[in-house]
Amino acid sequence: MRLFYYLFLGTIFGFIMTKSEAISWYRIQEMFRFESFHMYGIIGTAVVLGAIGVALAKQFGWKTYKGSDWKLNAKNMSVPRYLLGGILFGLGWALTGACPGPMFTLLGQGIWAIGVVILSSVAGTFAYGVVRAKLPH
Amino acid sequence: MTTIYNLLSSTWHWSVSGALIALTMFLLLYAGREFGVSSNLRTMCAIAGGGEKYDFFRIDWKAQRWNLLFAFGAIIGGFLAFYVFPNPEPIALSAATIEHLQGIGVSAPSTAGFTSYVPPELFAADQIFTLRGLVALVGGGFLIGFGARWAGGCTSGHAISGLSNLQLPSLIAVIGFFIGGLVMSWLVLPFVLQL
Repeated sequence: MRLFYYLFLGTIFGFIMTKSEAISWYRIQEMFRFESFHMYGIIGTAVVLGAIGVALAKQFGWKTYKGSDWKLNAKNMSVPRYLLGGILFGLGWALTGACPGPMFTLLGQGIWAIGVVILSSVAGTFAYGVVRAKLPH
Repeated sequence: MTTIYNLLSSTWHWSVSGALIALTMFLLLYAGREFGVSSNLRTMCAIAGGGEKYDFFRIDWKAQRWNLLFAFGAIIGGFLAFYVFPNPEPIALSAATIEHLQGIGVSAPSTAGFTSYVPPELFAADQIFTLRGLVALVGGGFLIGFGARWAGGCTSGHAISGLSNLQLPSLIAVIGFFIGGLVMSWLVLPFVLQL
């Protein structure tokens, strides 16, 4: 039953992604061309509210429903992996206009071509797993 | 009822969307989870048997079922938002972007016949079988999957979760997202569209 919670949250998320238009290839081009505040407003609002909430959670020791600490694991510091991996991701994001969340949402809208993007992103993840020992991290 | 339906159907203000994304992240954190969609791509590799030869996919994928369900929900949410609560208006893209895109061969957002969210020049089903479509869809998807895992997260994991937790690695990743995105949108995309 608890798994339905995640199905429900995902459904809400897909709805938000659509109505915010963050799933739109056009909106992503507009963002990277700095021709509208729309996408910056969405991400900025989410990050500012997110940061306030996370700070409050740490300050007051908010727990999960099971009573454990929130999962806010610090990421290991490095530059090449985040910068180079980030650049590759950004190239793909601007080309397809979709990041992993919106990819799934667009599939639900009958955009069958996005299925190719999803399959190819799984292949890309697989390729990373194969060559990762040779990459700087 | 009609008012509620119209509110749900139309485009939401960026502040409402942003606040609801933060709320989604908190509801996952409250459940003891981390908000990050691209992890599912690794899980799919593990389910497909990638762990037999490669350590990176030797994970207990059943512990990731919650996230697969989240992604499946994102499909359902997209269906509901597009078919049950459709926005009658095409997206209100800035005039400057429309003009630029038309200059490189992309039609303006229109609800006629297709969807206004993505351009038919790249996403109409028959584009799967053109060189341009293959380069954009296969190439773009590959970069997303490879890059997200190398960087240890995507927009949800780094730009939303990581920045909310004030993590420097996530800021570096987001700077990388933008370097890649700017290069693609300004320099490479016009050539891809010529294919």
